[in-house]
Amino acid sequence: MEWEVVIGLEIHAQLATKSKIFSGASTEYGADANTQACAVDLGLPGVLPVFNEEALRMAVKFGLAIDAEIGKKSVFDRKNYFYPDLPKGYQTTQLHHPIVGMGHIDIELDDGSTRRINVTRAHLEEDAGKSVHEGFGTMSGIDLNRAGTPLVEIVSEPEMRSAKEAAAYFRKMHSIVTYLGICDGDLSQGSMRCDCNVSLRPKGQEEFGTRTEIKNVNSFRNVERAIEVEIERQMDILEDGGSITQETRLYDADKNETRSMRSKEVANDYRYFPCPDLLPVIIDDNYIEAVRETLPELPDAKRHRFVKDHGLSTTEAAVLASSRDLAHYFETAAHAANDYKLAANWVQADVSAALNRLEISVTELAATAEQLGRILVLIKDNTLNNGGAKEVFNALVEGKGDGSVDCIDSLIDSMGLKQVSDTGAIEAIVDEVLANNQKLVESYLATPVEKRGKAMGPFIGQTRKAAKGVNPQVVMEVLKKKLSELG
Amino acid sequence: MHNKTIAQIARDLAAGEYSSVEITQSLLTRIEQLDKTYNSFITVTAEQALAQAKAADEQRAAGNANAWTGVPMAHKDIFCTNGVLTSCASKMLSNFVAPYDATVVSNFNQAGAVSLGKLNMDEFAMGSSNESSYYGGVKNPWDIERVPGGSSGGSAAAVAARLVPGATATDTGGSIRQPAAFCGITGLKPTYGRVSRWGMIAFASSLDQGGTMTRTAEDSAMMLNVMASFDPKDSTCVDQDIPDYTATLNNSIEGLTIGLPKEYFRDDLSAEMQQQVRDAIAEFEKMGAKVKEISLPNTHLAIPAYYVVAPAECSANLSRMDGVRFGHRCENPQDINDLYKRSRGEGFGEEVKRRIMVGAYALSAGFYDAYYKQAQQVRRLIKNDFVEAFKEVDVIMSPTTPSPAFKAGEKTSDPVAMYLEDIFTIALNLAGLPGMSIPCGQVAAEGGNPLPVGLQLIGNYFDEARLLNLGHQFQQATDWHQQAPADLA
Repeated sequence: MEWEVVIGLEIHAQLATKSKIFSGASTEYGADANTQACAVDLGLPGVLPVFNEEALRMAVKFGLAIDAEIGKKSVFDRKNYFYPDLPKGYQTTQLHHPIVGMGHIDIELDDGSTRRINVTRAHLEEDAGKSVHEGFGTMSGIDLNRAGTPLVEIVSEPEMRSAKEAAAYFRKMHSIVTYLGICDGDLSQGSMRCDCNVSLRPKGQEEFGTRTEIKNVNSFRNVERAIEVEIERQMDILEDGGSITQETRLYDADKNETRSMRSKEVANDYRYFPCPDLLPVIIDDNYIEAVRETLPELPDAKRHRFVKDHGLSTTEAAVLASSRDLAHYFETAAHAANDYKLAANWVQADVSAALNRLEISVTELAATAEQLGRILVLIKDNTLNNGGAKEVFNALVEGKGDGSVDCIDSLIDSMGLKQVSDTGAIEAIVDEVLANNQKLVESYLATPVEKRGKAMGPFIGQTRKAAKGVNPQVVMEVLKKKLSELG
Repeated sequence: MHNKTIAQIARDLAAGEYSSVEITQSLLTRIEQLDKTYNSFITVTAEQALAQAKAADEQRAAGNANAWTGVPMAHKDIFCTNGVLTSCASKMLSNFVAPYDATVVSNFNQAGAVSLGKLNMDEFAMGSSNESSYYGGVKNPWDIERVPGGSSGGSAAAVAARLVPGATATDTGGSIRQPAAFCGITGLKPTYGRVSRWGMIAFASSLDQGGTMTRTAEDSAMMLNVMASFDPKDSTCVDQDIPDYTATLNNSIEGLTIGLPKEYFRDDLSAEMQQQVRDAIAEFEKMGAKVKEISLPNTHLAIPAYYVVAPAECSANLSRMDGVRFGHRCENPQDINDLYKRSRGEGFGEEVKRRIMVGAYALSAGFYDAYYKQAQQVRRLIKNDFVEAFKEVDVIMSPTTPSPAFKAGEKTSDPVAMYLEDIFTIALNLAGLPGMSIPCGQVAAEGGNPLPVGLQLIGNYFDEARLLNLGHQFQQATDWHQQAPADLA
């Protein structure tokens, strides 16, 4: 039978507020356990939540970015369940009146086409703490630093039809929230986590099949792999005439398999009700418009502009616009050099290579976008040849210079990379090279005329060795002339 | 000295009649002697009180005194007090030393008041007789066979027994007004949002409100001047001007219209009680007020709605008492579920468990619409009744309770009978309105002891000043508030 895959994602993105959603404690990651949990986060008797308006602003910003309805009256509810890292015994979330209603994003598929995926809703809620199972013997430790960190939970419609689409959707959401500056997007620290709802149905059937939910997948690659193996697992069961159990599953990346976590039959009745400690959040058009004013250019718009205004290919544009920081780096360099094409080549080649080699993000790169811009200018005015430019760039990457644009010129001088294009000077160097390499000259002259082009190679190498910054084109011309004079 | 009101003590301290240390010591001695009988305190903070009193005297000597400097009082044990046991009268919190002060507590500290300790109450404020306290029941000073009412029974008994001139209390369904009526004192529950709930351990968040227990309306005004504040730490606190509540105590009440809801003067109310209340109202008429019968047609829905909303909220509010981070934890838990079940099973008393169960049930999938949602709709109806009524009248009056203080043990086996104790008080909490109970008469109990009767005054939103004005005027014309239990006068 032919099966159709149905995937919906729930993405939790931690909002990049300085303090927590209902308390003044810091949200910074990596502090000692329980040092960033105040009385409110600990759920002590008598404490009360106060809503952090910055979280509201960020959620509205997100809603506007995905062209969603904004909830002018949103309400916090209590979701009741007991868990050791849930201090109050309930999570404060938004059930019936989320801050963000129906919206959508476009994802790019491998064949270059785009697909619109609808977003059902996005709501604000608080993160839980963490249970620590190592180092406490038969007990568990609880770290409540993360408790109360603001989250926006983004729920998609079940409209994705392959693991690849799901991964593209997750990537796109990542790109949007980081562009907006509302989430640091650091997947390794759990800043974005993804729950994947997967089901299969016979092609053509309208009704959904029974779904499973893969919890807390935290990388683009794992979203794709986890869904792929889950599709295979479900298909095997269905092909054998079995049925799928509705349950929560976990993805084990090492074994590349999903396994059952808990079945929905014994799931909690969360007993939701409106939180009486918090007032409904009421916002008006003025508020929404003021937030809209702060929206940056988003990835899609940027991508289109790169193609339309700057002549980049769609692939180049997609790569460069995928990350806000990379796009910013690229545009800064391109603007300084007034050459988007050249900058695009450099960012995709040398800059990306450096980032991969050092395993760092572009914001951590020692060579600044302004410096790259200067290098590109120097290539264009023939001060640097391509090899020299790479050497300067790599020197900057390794931390040479003082970080300024001005240091580049002195760096070029000290490294002897300044391109020599003066024919007279190059003739003198070539003369010396020829004089010192009589044997090469003889073998060159012995070479049949039609093969001499290739035989010129060693002379070019020797010349560039003698003077690093020589303009290779001029060298070629001078060599041709000198050698032809010899015979 | 113990018969002095807050206003008198403030005047005496200002006049140098005695020092704060002297009156504090005198009351501490009295508590030590008498409270073995009443059990109104859970914790007496003698050392801290004397230190506060000494600091207050020094402040006065330095010329920096204000109305409250050095005046003794005490807090219901539901208010968190930094460094002091805050138990909420529960085994669950019998080891909980709060690391911070409730806003109400810090308001009194900043005003220079001297706190003598923490007062007994029903466990987590759930009860109408103070019999659910882990620390034992409180005795009514008028008749120690009888309950002081609840949940603020410790606050009421301590003030009635002249152990303190004033105490903080809280009111979720009548927990200030009913014990005030039972103990013959003045109790004020302000408008919801007038007093910060920060640090006040939540029972039912949308109903809970801190208030005052004093012997006079004037003292209540003085306390509310300190208690009422806009607190950014409580999102439900209302940012509205706070008047000087003592400034309007002597306003004339001539021409005011008093509404008498026919639903509150029922046949099952004893003729004797009715008479006391009607006599009190006649007193206001003598002062120039007019009386008008009104109707609050949804009154009969108040108790059912309350017993959905309050348990529902408490079922979530008490979830944090899980034995994980503070409070009672069972011995040798086998796993996390065992830890939850036994810690909570051992830590909570019967009434608390009953309400958690009722609340969890009312919020369950499939029942939410029938119970919680409908109760919220009823709440709006009840509120509308009052809004309509206040278009015609300036204040509403009724008995505070259907009967005077009952005997300990009389209603403990019948929760519903206990719940009906709050029949006249609960609607205000559902509507968020301010209410006050003042002593307005006495009825003779079997055995001869007189028992106080309370008159309830219900005001419009943020109209506490008017209630205090009416209460004060009544107390200028009568002496019910000066009556004390026979052996305490």
